[in-house]
Amino acid sequence: MATITSSETNGVERAGKSFRLPLAVISYLQAVPLTLILGFFLLLPILMIAVVSFWDYDFAQMYPDFLTMNYEETLGSWVTWKTYLNTLKYAFLVWAITLFIGFWVAYFLAFHIRTTSMQMVLFLICTVPFLTSNIIRMISWIPVLGRNGLINSALTGSGVISQPIEWLLYSDFAVVLAMVHLYTLFMVTPIFNTLMRIDKSLVEAARDAGATSWQVLTNVIMPLAKPGMAIGTIFVVTLVMADFSTVQVMSGGQSASVALMMKNQMSLLQYPAAAANAVVLLVLVLMMVAGILRIVDIRKEL
Amino acid sequence: MYREPRSHEFYLLAIFFTVFVLFLYGPLSAVLILSFQGPNGGLTFPLNGVSLRWFANLFETQAVGDFGGSFRRSAMLGMMVMLVTVIVSLLAGLAFRRKFIGATALFYLAVASLVVPSIIVSLGIGVLFNQLGLQPAWYSSGFGAHLTWTLPFGVLIMFAVFNRFSPAYEEAARDLGATSWQTFRHVVLPMIAPSLIGVGLFGFTLSYDEFARTLMTAGSFNTLPLEIYGMTTNVTTPVLYALGTVTTVFSFLVIAGTLGLIVHLNRRRAKS
Repeated sequence: MATITSSETNGVERAGKSFRLPLAVISYLQAVPLTLILGFFLLLPILMIAVVSFWDYDFAQMYPDFLTMNYEETLGSWVTWKTYLNTLKYAFLVWAITLFIGFWVAYFLAFHIRTTSMQMVLFLICTVPFLTSNIIRMISWIPVLGRNGLINSALTGSGVISQPIEWLLYSDFAVVLAMVHLYTLFMVTPIFNTLMRIDKSLVEAARDAGATSWQVLTNVIMPLAKPGMAIGTIFVVTLVMADFSTVQVMSGGQSASVALMMKNQMSLLQYPAAAANAVVLLVLVLMMVAGILRIVDIRKEL
Repeated sequence: MYREPRSHEFYLLAIFFTVFVLFLYGPLSAVLILSFQGPNGGLTFPLNGVSLRWFANLFETQAVGDFGGSFRRSAMLGMMVMLVTVIVSLLAGLAFRRKFIGATALFYLAVASLVVPSIIVSLGIGVLFNQLGLQPAWYSSGFGAHLTWTLPFGVLIMFAVFNRFSPAYEEAARDLGATSWQTFRHVVLPMIAPSLIGVGLFGFTLSYDEFARTLMTAGSFNTLPLEIYGMTTNVTTPVLYALGTVTTVFSFLVIAGTLGLIVHLNRRRAKS
């Protein structure tokens, strides 16, 4: 550094200045790739769906048009409403169960495990299955729940029941169980994140003021955990609303969800009908998310 | 140090946690065990002997569509998605450190990418490519579809990382005469490297396992999850489990390798 003469330093600085971009421009340049990718692969496709949902179609092709037929068929059909209701039922059940499990698991990790390294190890144990294939994890329930599966053979073998239980697999029960299995981590992680940021002195203060551990839990920790619960809710609800594979495989084709209905229309090349369905589903999901976002500011919680 | 004795609550929750972990891993281990099913065994217990018959079956083309090809495509796609996710998320994370017009809109666009049902993304990109007269393929439309799923995770993680990142280090580097590139390369990058590797792991595994978004965008060649999804409806032999075991072991290896790398980096940083 000392060997650099003053004139050289000035030269470097001047060169640097002529080269230097204003900070705002740098920010824009850094944001360009994300904007371009999401613009082309998210915004444009959704606009395309909105346009196509008004088109006409036959068994082979789509024809540009402006018809409300696709919406009339979608919203005017009793099957659609039943399917939406069924999807909302799954969403509610899975949400309630994952919220319960997610909160207690996160609470245990955050407040009952004393060393950070142990917390991380246990958290990773919960995380690893979620980084493996969803379909494989779904299929893995079949040998457990099936008619000759583990549970039924254990129960009949020990004489608890004489006939295998039929509703374990290919039922709403199986769908909800598999979804809980697939999506609980999306509830655990945000709640764990929020709980880890709670100042432990708040808990101590409450205890010093004479609160029982149950009162600490319900009056201090749970209210502070709400943002995490809200973010987890966004994940779980949107994932369940979009699910078609779990419903298809685990209900054995006996139940339907909105996304499964869309997928069937797509396999019949009825793209405009599927697009109308997509628009309705998208509006519903975005309204649910917007409702939750009123409670929580994601940017503050990260 | 004095430690409080464990309460009843602890033991109750410890049992709850253990049951939860068993619930997570139990069914998966059933698949692992059943993939070693004997040649005459079926899809359920009991094991009818032990064999590697179904693993061998994997490599016969008539049993599984195209295991080798679809695995190669998925691994390749995962790598591409990983690379782009890391770079684009890092850049976006840096951009979000300063206020700029449209920052909020871009942030919520990323959130939207997370909540828009994947089948809608799949349908939209499929129809868009169709109308543009482009042939969908796993490396073009499929690649973009996967990015709409991995990028928001990457961006949110980088957002969280930079929220906690003290600018004091960069100021110190600048005071010592470092250029902004040097500051980034020698100060910021080493500090956020573990998080970047984490983003990479997310990018790879989310893409490697994704299939709802690939449904309409993969073109004429299947990725591995599509192949497996197809098998769930028409394969009735344990070869399905063998495939499950192989992909799960592969995922575990990727995760273990990545975690090893992160631990190694943290150790090295702690030493210096």
